Amino acid sequence: MDKLNLTKHISSQFNDEIEQIRNHIMAMGGLIEQQLSDALNAIAGSNAELAQQVIANDLLVNDWEIKIDAECTRIIAKRQPAASDLRLILTIIKAISDLERIGDEAERIAKVALESFSSAQQDLLVNLENMGRHVAQMLHDVLDAFARMDVEAALAVYKEDKKVDREYEAITRQLMTYMMEDPRSIPKIMNVLWSARALERIGDRCKNISEYVISFVKGRDVRHSDEDSLEQNARS
Amino acid sequence: MTTQQIHSGYGELNLADEKIKLEVNDLRLYYGESQALKTINMQIPEKRVTAFIGPSGCGKSTLLRCFNRMNDLVDICRIEGQILLDGQNIYDKAVDVAELRRQVGMVFQKPNPFPKTIYENVAYGLRLQGVNDRRVLDEVVETSLKGAALWNEVKDRLHDNAFGLSGGQQQRLVIARAIAIEPEVLLLDEPASALDPISTLKIEELINELKERFTIVIVTHNMQQAARVSDYTAFMYMGNLVEYDATNKMFTNPSQQQTEDYITGRFG
Repeated sequence: MDKLNLTKHISSQFNDEIEQIRNHIMAMGGLIEQQLSDALNAIAGSNAELAQQVIANDLLVNDWEIKIDAECTRIIAKRQPAASDLRLILTIIKAISDLERIGDEAERIAKVALESFSSAQQDLLVNLENMGRHVAQMLHDVLDAFARMDVEAALAVYKEDKKVDREYEAITRQLMTYMMEDPRSIPKIMNVLWSARALERIGDRCKNISEYVISFVKGRDVRHSDEDSLEQNARS
Repeated sequence: MTTQQIHSGYGELNLADEKIKLEVNDLRLYYGESQALKTINMQIPEKRVTAFIGPSGCGKSTLLRCFNRMNDLVDICRIEGQILLDGQNIYDKAVDVAELRRQVGMVFQKPNPFPKTIYENVAYGLRLQGVNDRRVLDEVVETSLKGAALWNEVKDRLHDNAFGLSGGQQQRLVIARAIAIEPEVLLLDEPASALDPISTLKIEELINELKERFTIVIVTHNMQQAARVSDYTAFMYMGNLVEYDATNKMFTNPSQQQTEDYITGRFG
């Protein structure tokens, strides 16, 4: 992190403010990781209590977003950040908005966990569990990449999203087969499908954050570019 | 030699679409033994605002003063290299310095009106040129004061002493005096650093209007001001031109680490 000189300003107050925002993002990220992991455990173990806790804790995630947003606003008003400082603040503002949405998706998964599934339907949840672990790892890695502003790590997360998309397609196909076989199960299976959808969306948002990291470090906007040119931009 | 080859600090700056007003070629300047400017090469485009930023003593004011040969007044100052104004070397022996300074006007940090009326301050340059026709003078005074966004505030007291104006008004009066003689280039040496924020904004607004007619070069310690008013920004450090690029680029993603450190307020 220090190679980016984020806290080498002449104004030690400015350094403290930036350091504090970074700590808060890490706290927010940690909470969201916990939320996702709890939501997945709640589904796997049909643990309604844990699911309720995830739903309640989403309010804390929202609070972090508001708090960090306000801190960024104050820095813009008071410090008029330029160059990399400006890009950092903009990156943070965008990243926390994606993080908050990841929190919402975790809450959505927790709500599915409140449903009871028959033993025949438990098979479906196993697939969800695998995809869940994959996405949780992606979230962990992108937070790590964000903390260190590590372009290579961000690039790895970016590429991982394709795999998540394929897993999502596979689960969708499988769920459709179940629905055709047993139309009575459709409402339940739809809920599983929403969870898979939520996980896929988390993957997308992790990919967004990985793009912000690359844009911040390279000073070039890499959003909406194809993978090859993004990789080229990240490595040049 | 293409623009990009002139100085590594040019980065991606491409001035091909601009008409070049001033061109600095291998300019070196010494005060006695010490070298204040180390081989400066740059081109300043016409009818644009170019800002010089950098810490105190980096040479930005010295460079600015080269453009109308104000450094000639310093005995121990020695200059090598060229500055071309529309392709003519202003350090050529044949150049009439008084005429050069008519073409290249200057405004300083502290407002320096003459101890005369507002009217006479603005008319001063024309009177020096031998213009005494009342109608011509009236017209120039009015258009210049309007050009300097001061007319509405002083039109009813043109014959009051200029010292009765506020600092911000005095600075705009000095700008009116400078533009009355229709220079081509306007050099502004920290024109707003002694002014309150509202007067500063008025001066910045004025700069934006004046660039329609003049090439403006401004030295400022206020980086946000450079970011606001200029089209191009040059960062100088210890007599070197470290980076020169479009202002939008300089303040969002500069190429040089030294520039980055300076504009973000880090230890250089």
